Amino acid sequence: MSNVFIAFQKNEDSRAIVNAILADNPGAIVSDQPAMVKIDVPGHLVVRKATIEEEIGRAFDLQEMQVHLITMSGNVDETDDEFTLTWHQ
Amino acid sequence: MQIDLRTVSITPLRQTYNHIAERLGADKPASRYIEGTMNVQPDANFHYRPTWDPQHELFDPRRTRLVMRDWYALKDPRQFYYGAYTQARARMQEVAEADFEFVEERGLADRYDDAARRKALDFYVPLRHVAWGANMNGAYQCAYGYGTAITQPCLYAGMDQLGIAQYLTRLGLLLGNQGELEAGKQAWLQAPAWQGLRRLVEDTWVLKDWFELFVAQNLVLDGVLFALAYKEVDQVLSEQAGPVVSMLTRFQAEWGQDANKWVDAVMKVAAAESPENKELLSHWYAHWRGRVQQALAPIAELALGAAGADALARSVAAVDGRMNKAGLTLA
Repeated sequence: MSNVFIAFQKNEDSRAIVNAILADNPGAIVSDQPAMVKIDVPGHLVVRKATIEEEIGRAFDLQEMQVHLITMSGNVDETDDEFTLTWHQ
Repeated sequence: MQIDLRTVSITPLRQTYNHIAERLGADKPASRYIEGTMNVQPDANFHYRPTWDPQHELFDPRRTRLVMRDWYALKDPRQFYYGAYTQARARMQEVAEADFEFVEERGLADRYDDAARRKALDFYVPLRHVAWGANMNGAYQCAYGYGTAITQPCLYAGMDQLGIAQYLTRLGLLLGNQGELEAGKQAWLQAPAWQGLRRLVEDTWVLKDWFELFVAQNLVLDGVLFALAYKEVDQVLSEQAGPVVSMLTRFQAEWGQDANKWVDAVMKVAAAESPENKELLSHWYAHWRGRVQQALAPIAELALGAAGADALARSVAAVDGRMNKAGLTLA
């Protein structure tokens, strides 16, 4: 199964997002690059609002994530509580 | 000529400070909250003991009966360090200011129902003295407490209370005039209904044990009073005369929710540390819960009449519920 991925600029907010993604996606592979962090997961990646809020210590609107987003690949499915990347096959 | 572009990846020698890496168990990037909080408390090389308290070091964990192996366990779930705290409060203040402006611009205060206005002034204006007391207590907890994780948010809470006192003052000036502030002070000093609460506030000022003070002030008094004032009384005024007062007390209502999150997290960790802590905290809670309930009863009646007792009981039950969850033994 091919990977889906998502990449963020490295900053204070995205650290919490990345930590949340790592907690919610056991198969995630992080690659730390200068000024960018990219996360690959085989097949399916989920970003959960609740986990980010726990990490960041405040209310978080999932769309705030877009500010730090560099790129991603996969078919997007987005609700208020979850943002998922998968390949529709 | 051919130029080859290539990326050179420079890996930093370290991700964070050694003492943070030790706490995290690995050298990985830490949040600014963690870096600005952990191990900040001075704990060694004090030259001599303070002349005003020779039993203790200048900074000493034994100024409370609560015992923690690691005082940094009492972390703030809101992750407030100075930067995050001021930004969060600036956002809340911006919203509150907009509400005040709206009320002023539309002349809502002038057209406010007079019976509700009297009730709001009699109830909310003297509370600014309670908020000032809470400001003193926040500063005391920070000065005599131990471990930046807990002393830092205690001072923030104290400063917030100063802001709350100012918002209550402005509510008085907007709904009434300068004379209302003086009348509020006289009520605070003389009126029988306020004397129980005034005594309670003044008693908390002379508490030596700073964590008991945290339980008395931040948990019990703030917990019950904010639920009573900014939920119960606010609701009744809103039904009676529209949401003008809700707008003018918006900061307090939001702040109460925010502070509760922090207080609950601290109580939960402190109670889970040892059976002795749990017993001690339960004892403090029971003691101050009784006193606060008694002190607030005449105030609740002042604002809500016969319905005051029920409203107060609901406010106390809300804090009971939170402490039940936090693991205290409720009497």
